[in-house]
Amino acid sequence: MATITRRMPLIIDVSRAVRRSSGVAREAPFIPLLVLTLLAFFAIFAPVIAPHSALDPVKPTAEQCLAKYGMATCPYVDNLPPFWAHEGSLHTPLGTDFLGRDVLSRLMYGARISLVVALTGTLVAGVIGTLLGVLAGYLGRWWDHIIMRITDAWLTMPSLVFAILLSSVRGPGLWNIVVILAAVFWSRYARVARGEVLTIRERDFVKLAEINGVRKLRIIFRHIVPNVLNTVMVVFSLQVGIAVIIEASLSFLGVGVPPPEPSWGLMMAQERTSLMEGKWWLAVFPGICITMLVLSANMLGDWLRVRLDPQLRNR
Amino acid sequence: MKKYILLRAFYSVITLWLLVTIIFAMVRLTGDPVKMKGDVGADKAYLERIRHDWGLDQPLYRQYTSYIGNLVLGDFGHSFEKSLPVRTIYFERLPNSLKLGFAAFVISMVLGVPLGMLSALRVNTWWDNVGKTIALLGLSMPGFFVGLVLIIVFGVQLHLLPVLGKGSSAFIWSNPSTWVTFWFKDWQYLAMPAFALGWYFAGAMLRITRSGMLDVLGSDYIKLVRLKGVPEQVVIAKHALKNSMIPLLTLAGLNLLIMVNVAVVIEVIFNWPGVGQLLYDGLSNRDFPMVQGVVLMSGVMIVVLNFVIDVLYGYVDPRIRLSR
Repeated sequence: MATITRRMPLIIDVSRAVRRSSGVAREAPFIPLLVLTLLAFFAIFAPVIAPHSALDPVKPTAEQCLAKYGMATCPYVDNLPPFWAHEGSLHTPLGTDFLGRDVLSRLMYGARISLVVALTGTLVAGVIGTLLGVLAGYLGRWWDHIIMRITDAWLTMPSLVFAILLSSVRGPGLWNIVVILAAVFWSRYARVARGEVLTIRERDFVKLAEINGVRKLRIIFRHIVPNVLNTVMVVFSLQVGIAVIIEASLSFLGVGVPPPEPSWGLMMAQERTSLMEGKWWLAVFPGICITMLVLSANMLGDWLRVRLDPQLRNR
Repeated sequence: MKKYILLRAFYSVITLWLLVTIIFAMVRLTGDPVKMKGDVGADKAYLERIRHDWGLDQPLYRQYTSYIGNLVLGDFGHSFEKSLPVRTIYFERLPNSLKLGFAAFVISMVLGVPLGMLSALRVNTWWDNVGKTIALLGLSMPGFFVGLVLIIVFGVQLHLLPVLGKGSSAFIWSNPSTWVTFWFKDWQYLAMPAFALGWYFAGAMLRITRSGMLDVLGSDYIKLVRLKGVPEQVVIAKHALKNSMIPLLTLAGLNLLIMVNVAVVIEVIFNWPGVGQLLYDGLSNRDFPMVQGVVLMSGVMIVVLNFVIDVLYGYVDPRIRLSR
């Protein structure tokens, strides 16, 4: 008893110290970070923790075969409900899809696809867009005119429609989507980065570097780019969610990730027929996954935006 | 004013030209229009024939000039699948998309604007949190997921609404009596797809209304009006509301056009025969001219609308037309 009473204040002290020392850790939105960490964990360790294969049907038990087909053995049992329903079992906690594959395992592998595609696509777009925006903003004159005119024309295109056009000439495929996302989304970074550079360019440290005869390239990479990164990071975090939705939409339309792969968008598209028969769960699980991922990314992005822009802090 | 309009028109033409050039370049840089056909295992001679028919075996500059020339004449090529001009098919489908877009627009405004105002007027209260949550959900839940949930609840479980199609009413260009009646019939078919499509934009409208309203409420002239002792209702209705509406309405106009053009997935889910479904059919039939035509049209529509908005802004706000 005595040890406990002595220890309690210590724990409180430690937690207080942690909270006091790192304002960021205290303010960071806990739930979105938790969801993202969890999804990243599933994505990285999918081969270890997934109960079944994502591509092969689950071997059913004799009772399941008997109940479904009246035979002792069968290759697979399709469209099993989740475990809380009457026919469900904990062997396949979220049921099986139309080919008898385990939905839970496919969702875990699907996290891999969504995260990898959205993150790399947005990253490539970010690098290209930021560089072009910085060039336009810093070099000015006709560089600025040409790059910004092209950016503006690019921005008028609805992103989904543009992505569909590009996917029609590239065909389905995981890396094709990365290319498409980069090609569609760089323009937003260019716009934002250029606006930011226009003010940084006039600041003293840039002017002093210019007076000292520092080369333009060095000024851009040592003085301008690091100061633009904050803003770019906000755009990045808000853009990831959109990229996830675009990937899911393309896969849903059959021009994204090709079939046996477990993309969430594709899973929703494949279960549309069983949905009409009243088996709603198969289409809803991937939808919930997409929503959770995008929601967390957006919340994190909002938090970053408010944190990095003091004017918005009281909004 | 005349000079301002001419300048804006010139900029729009440049943007349009850049847009079609970008599309031309991206299509040929990132892929191959015939690739869609090649995937099905067609033989080489057949692919060469398509290449020849579409003029893809000619040098690039000649392809480009004929592409631009055709576009100037309003010719988007022939659909490969239906052997009709793309333009004809497109304008047959456009009214359906407009109907869906208008309905979704109304839903997004009715949901987004009042909630956004409420959020801004009761900032950092319970109302505000509800508004923020709805906005966040709107931007995070993909429209096609909302559509599927609606189908499950209202179509499959409750049997309240039809799940597929647009009903029997049709817009027929040669029959003027359908030009009016079309818009007011078969709303039960419209309800679910319009909600699924408007959902995202409701979230966006809510956010913009809220932040626009907050900007106006924090401005000096509102402070002055309040100091003069004007009743709070009058301050909001007469001064704040009016001033926050201008940027809101221009964005709403743009949203309407975007909704008409990005409804692809929603139209596929609900089997709604609009231009989005045309795009999808083009994809699955490997009909490249169709895909390109629909994409070009959506670009053209948005550039034209941007021009109109710029001109209207010039009329409303003298600062804008004199600054350029």
